[in-house]
Amino acid sequence: MLEIRNLHAEVNGVEILRGIDLVVKSGEVHSIMGPNGSGKSTLAQVLAGRTTYAVTQGEVLLDGKNLLELEPEARAGEGVFLAFQYPVEIPGVSNSYFLRAALNAVRRYRGEEEVDAVDFLALVRAKVAALEMDPGLLKRPVNEGFSGGEKKRNEILQMVVLEPRLAILDETDSGLDIDALRIVANGVNALRDPRRSFIVVTHYQRLLSHVVPDFVHVLYAGRVVKSGGKELALELEEHGYGWLDQQFAQAARA
Amino acid sequence: MTQTTEALEQLAKADYKYGFFTEIEADTVPPGLDEGIIRYISAKKREPEWLLDWRLRAFRHWQTMTEPRWAHITYGPIDYQSIVYYSAPKVGKAPQSLDDVDPELLRTYDRLGIPLRERELLAGVAVDAVFDSVSVATTFKEKLGELGIVFCSFSEAVREHPDLVRPYLGSVVPAGDNYFAALNAAVFTDGSFVYVPKGVRCPMELSTYFRINAAATGQFERTLIVADEGSYVSYLEGCTAPMRDENQLHAAVVELVALEKAQIKYSTVQNWYPGDAEGKGGIYNFVTKRGACRGAHAKISWTQVETGSAITWKYPSCILQGDYSIGEFYSVALTNHLQQADTGTKMIHIGKHTRSTIISKGISAGRAQNTYRGQVRVLKAAEGARNFTQCDSLLMGDKCGAHTFPYIDVQNATAQVEHEASTSKIGEDQLFYCRQRGLSNEDAVSMIVNGFCKQVLAELPMEFAVEAQKLLGISLEGSVG
Repeated sequence: MLEIRNLHAEVNGVEILRGIDLVVKSGEVHSIMGPNGSGKSTLAQVLAGRTTYAVTQGEVLLDGKNLLELEPEARAGEGVFLAFQYPVEIPGVSNSYFLRAALNAVRRYRGEEEVDAVDFLALVRAKVAALEMDPGLLKRPVNEGFSGGEKKRNEILQMVVLEPRLAILDETDSGLDIDALRIVANGVNALRDPRRSFIVVTHYQRLLSHVVPDFVHVLYAGRVVKSGGKELALELEEHGYGWLDQQFAQAARA
Repeated sequence: MTQTTEALEQLAKADYKYGFFTEIEADTVPPGLDEGIIRYISAKKREPEWLLDWRLRAFRHWQTMTEPRWAHITYGPIDYQSIVYYSAPKVGKAPQSLDDVDPELLRTYDRLGIPLRERELLAGVAVDAVFDSVSVATTFKEKLGELGIVFCSFSEAVREHPDLVRPYLGSVVPAGDNYFAALNAAVFTDGSFVYVPKGVRCPMELSTYFRINAAATGQFERTLIVADEGSYVSYLEGCTAPMRDENQLHAAVVELVALEKAQIKYSTVQNWYPGDAEGKGGIYNFVTKRGACRGAHAKISWTQVETGSAITWKYPSCILQGDYSIGEFYSVALTNHLQQADTGTKMIHIGKHTRSTIISKGISAGRAQNTYRGQVRVLKAAEGARNFTQCDSLLMGDKCGAHTFPYIDVQNATAQVEHEASTSKIGEDQLFYCRQRGLSNEDAVSMIVNGFCKQVLAELPMEFAVEAQKLLGISLEGSVG
C-alpha cells in the first residue's frame, strides 16, 4: 500500500506540489485528473525518483518503506513502475535487450534468479501478442522511430513484463487512437490484481471508461482539491476545470 | 546539480585495470638517438645492409623535419634524447616453445587475459606477442605455413623473407612520410609481418598483443601486411600498457597492401594507459596506419576501438588505387579525464568507381577533448567514386569537448560524397528512463554508450566485440554516479 503524506516538491525554487495527501491501497486503481500545470506529471516523476524535483517536505511510504530515501533503480526494484508520458529513445539498444536487462535488474534486486534469453523470449512474445504489437518492434532500438502509439504500447509492454507492485501511468492515453486505447486498457486490466495498485494520470474520461477507477482525485495547483468515485470523472468531462479556478484560485494563491 | 553532472564528476574515479609492471631483465641501450644507436639496433637484429641504409636515410630525413602541431591536442615538448630506443628481454636464445619463455612473462599475459596457450586453439586465434621490442612467442606458424601464409615478427620476416618484405616496406607509408613515421622507420625494433598468398583465405583471425613494458621505453613497432591477389585476412591488434607516471611515446607504423580482389580487415582495440585523473602519465600514441588497395576490387577495412592513451593521433587511411576498390573505417574513440584524441581517416579515391565508408563515433567524458579529423579526396580519374561519412559525438557532462574537422576535396564531377554529423549528450532523460526500469546508473551509461557504438562494434570479430564492450564499460566506470 502506498501512503503519500504532505508531499511538497519544487523545481528551480518554484513549488509545484504543495502538500499532497493520498492513500492507495493494494488492488485499487486511482485516477489523478486536473488541468494543465496542476502538478500531475510532477507527482508521477517524484514518486519514481526524478531528481529534477526537490522534495522539500513530506513522505512517501510503499508498504511502510520510505521511497524518498531510495534511488530510482531501487524504487523500481521495490515495484514502482512509471509509464512515461514521453518515452525516451535509446539508439542502438534493442528493445528486447533493454527489457531483459530491466527484468533481470529488478529480479536481482529481489533476490530472484535471472531469466535466460530463451525463457525471456517465450515470455515476451506472449505479452507482445496480447498487446497486438508488431513483434518486429522487439528487435528495433528502444522507441527509436516508433510512432506515438507504438511508444505508449511499448510502455505497457514493459509494465506487463516487469509486473510492478505500483504502476503509475502518466497520460498514457494521450495521442492514442480508439483501437490503441482499447489495447492499452486491456493491458492494464489484465494486470489488475489484489496485490497491485495503479495511479492513472489522465486528462480525459475516455480511458477511465475502459480502466474503471476506484477513486478519482482532482489535482489543482499542487493539491488534491476533490476526491470521489468514478462518477467524478464524468462530472469533470461535462463541466471542465473552469469551476476550479473560481472555487480554489484564492486558496491556490494563499 | 543535476544527476547527470554529478554522475559525470564521479567518472574521474575509474582506475586503470592493467597497471602492473613485470620485472624481467632487459637488454637496454642508454637513452638518446644518433646513428650509433640505429646501427646498434640494426646489428642486434642482424639486419641486411639495405635495411640499415633505409633506416639511416629515414633518420637523416627526420632530423630535417619538425613535429606536427596542427592536431587539436596540447602537450609539452618531447625530449627525443631522453627516450630509450631499444629494450629487449634478455633471453639466452630464441625460445623454441612457450616452455622456454620466461614464466614471469607468461604470468603477465595471464593477467592480461591473453589466450596464449590452449585457449587460443579453442578460440582459433594465433598470437604473435610482442613484449617490449622483441617477439617472444609465435604460435600457429606451422599450421599457417601449410597454406603458405607467413605470420611472424618483423625481424624474422626481414631475415627469412626479404623478397616479400623489401618491395613493400615503405611503399604505403614512405620512410619520410611524416615526423613520427620517419622516426619509426629509423628506430623500429620489431612488429609483425603477414603475407597471404594468392587465392588463400586465412582460416583464423591473426592477433597480436603489443605491450610497452620497460620504464621510459618508446615502442616503435612496425607492421606490414600483404594480401596477394584474391586472398583474405583478418588481423586483430590489441594493446595494453602498464601504469606509469611519465609519458611514453608510442610511434608505430602499419602498412597494408591489398592486391587485386584481396581483402584485409584490420581491427584494433587500444587501451594504452590513459594517465590518471589529473592527466599525469599515459601514452602518447602517435601512429601512422595506411592501406593501399593496389588492384581492382580490393578492399581494406579498418575498425578501431580506442579507449586508452593520454593522447591519440592517428588516421588509419585507405588509398583506393584499383578500380572498384573499397575502403572502410569504423571507429570508436572514447576519451575520459584529461585524455585527448585527434583521430579519423583519409580516403583517397584514385581508381574508378571506388567506394568508401566512414563511421566515426566519438565519446567524451570528464575534461577530455575528442576530435574527428577526416579527409575524403576524389582525384580526377576517380570516375563514379562514392563516399559516405557519418560522424557522431556523444558528450558526457559539461566539461568535455567534441570537434569535427571534415576535409572534402572532389575533383571529379561524377563523384557522390555524403557527410552526416551529429552531437548529442547522454541525457538525464535517458538515464532516468533506464534507472526507472531498474538499471543502475553505470549499467545505464554502459548500455547507452554501447548502443551509440553499435554500428562499429558490429564490425569487430565476435571475441573482440565482447572485449571491446567490456572495455567501454570499464573506461567509463564511475563516470556517472
